[in-house]
Amino acid sequence: MSTPVSEPGPSTRDFADSPSILDADDIARALTRIAHEVVERNKGTAGLVVLGIPSRGVPLAKRLAGRIAAVESTEVPVGALDVTMYRDDLRLRPARALEHTDIPPGGVDGKVVVLVDDVLFSGRTIRAALTALDDIGRPAVVRLAVLVDRGHRELPIRPDHVGKNVPTSLRESVRVLLDEVDGRDAVMIAAAGDGTR
Amino acid sequence: MKRHLLTAADLDRDDATLVLDTAAEMARLTEGRSVKKLPTLRGRTVVNLFFEDSTRTRTSFELAAKRLSADVVNFSAKGSSVSKGESLKDTALTLEAMGADGVVVRHWASGAPHRLAYSGWIRSSVVNAGDGTHEHPTQALLDAYTLRRHLGSLDGRRITVVGDVLHSRVARSNVLLLTTLGADVTLVGPPTLLPVGVDGWPCQTSYELDPALAKADAVMMLRVQRERMSAAFFPSAREYSRRYGLDARRFALLPDDAVVLHPGPMNRGMEITADVADSDRSVIVEQVTNGVYVRMAVLYLLLGGAS
Repeated sequence: MSTPVSEPGPSTRDFADSPSILDADDIARALTRIAHEVVERNKGTAGLVVLGIPSRGVPLAKRLAGRIAAVESTEVPVGALDVTMYRDDLRLRPARALEHTDIPPGGVDGKVVVLVDDVLFSGRTIRAALTALDDIGRPAVVRLAVLVDRGHRELPIRPDHVGKNVPTSLRESVRVLLDEVDGRDAVMIAAAGDGTR
Repeated sequence: MKRHLLTAADLDRDDATLVLDTAAEMARLTEGRSVKKLPTLRGRTVVNLFFEDSTRTRTSFELAAKRLSADVVNFSAKGSSVSKGESLKDTALTLEAMGADGVVVRHWASGAPHRLAYSGWIRSSVVNAGDGTHEHPTQALLDAYTLRRHLGSLDGRRITVVGDVLHSRVARSNVLLLTTLGADVTLVGPPTLLPVGVDGWPCQTSYELDPALAKADAVMMLRVQRERMSAAFFPSAREYSRRYGLDARRFALLPDDAVVLHPGPMNRGMEITADVADSDRSVIVEQVTNGVYVRMAVLYLLLGGAS
């Protein structure tokens, strides 16, 4: 019997030598631009609620809310929206642990909700997020901000604010690393045939 | 996690923590919301199979399943074919033929849920909702959840469980689960109401209540189960409550932040006095609320994923 050795998960291994397509500065600039876009589109911060989708959407949402606050000098409510219970692929895998959902005290009724996620891919997570939002209240508007749009949508969903469009092949995988979770900021793409997507 | 939840021993520390964390998220997802319902178990069928009377456990499981959008069928021994003499096996085969995904079973015979789960009669997940004097794992989970909310981590916490341990499935499940989570459990009761072999359990025992109170972080009072008693286990109700009842004097012996639990239904004036049961450190009503969240978590984790 072999001794159990803790080896890095497939994603860490696959991405170790991959070139990053966005570095920490690029991510910072993209978030600053998105913050300005959100404020411009909304004509200020009135009614804004920023909700991140776990896991990496949550720190991104906090950063985005921080930047919006810096631009407009007013606090913006920020929270987290876990979509696990609303996913359409629950039956395909063993039951998963739930992440935190944290809706700001003001709720979402009549608000302008900006959903934040790291990578937009099939669009199924966002579909789940929209259903989850339904059960919480009725926002006036829902917008979508993502750091990376890698294409290959399977549903009629499109982002309003994009950090970077990254054309990918279906066999490639995109990974976002964030300081809060991974100890550094980077977006990496693994070569085709490297395993996880 | 295992496919069934039959005993608190089915849960290792990671599983138990996963259930409690999931329950906390269930609370967050439903408390104060206009729509207290999640679509997760849509199209799944949960059967509540109750061979013994119960209000709170059956209602709690029913509500939990409904909050997850499962279809719920209640099947109780009274007013069903069981009262006409149908066997457990035939009842199980009937349920299987109807396509149940999860079976929540309460039975007067210890081990009946185990028989149901491993006999090959049914393919669904089985949750033990109390079997005889054996176990009641979801009650232990809701107790642990309630304790964790008030005490934080259970590591090294001292929990005193008092009363009719002999007939109590709640006590058995709690000893197993709370020690798995790192707590020190002390069982207190008259010698006649402590089971044979209790010295092999991972807990301490005592016949005296007062000394066990001063350092307790929580005290759990058990119901004196008159309906299961075939002999005289103590001279009189009055003597029992004088030696093992939680009254105002004993309540004052507890540390200031200790909480009082009771799995219900209470015999007020017997194992607990009304003023203690209604005090602000009694979390008995909260236990009922938490029961729904814990059962949602269990149903989600057993039925929510790929089977």
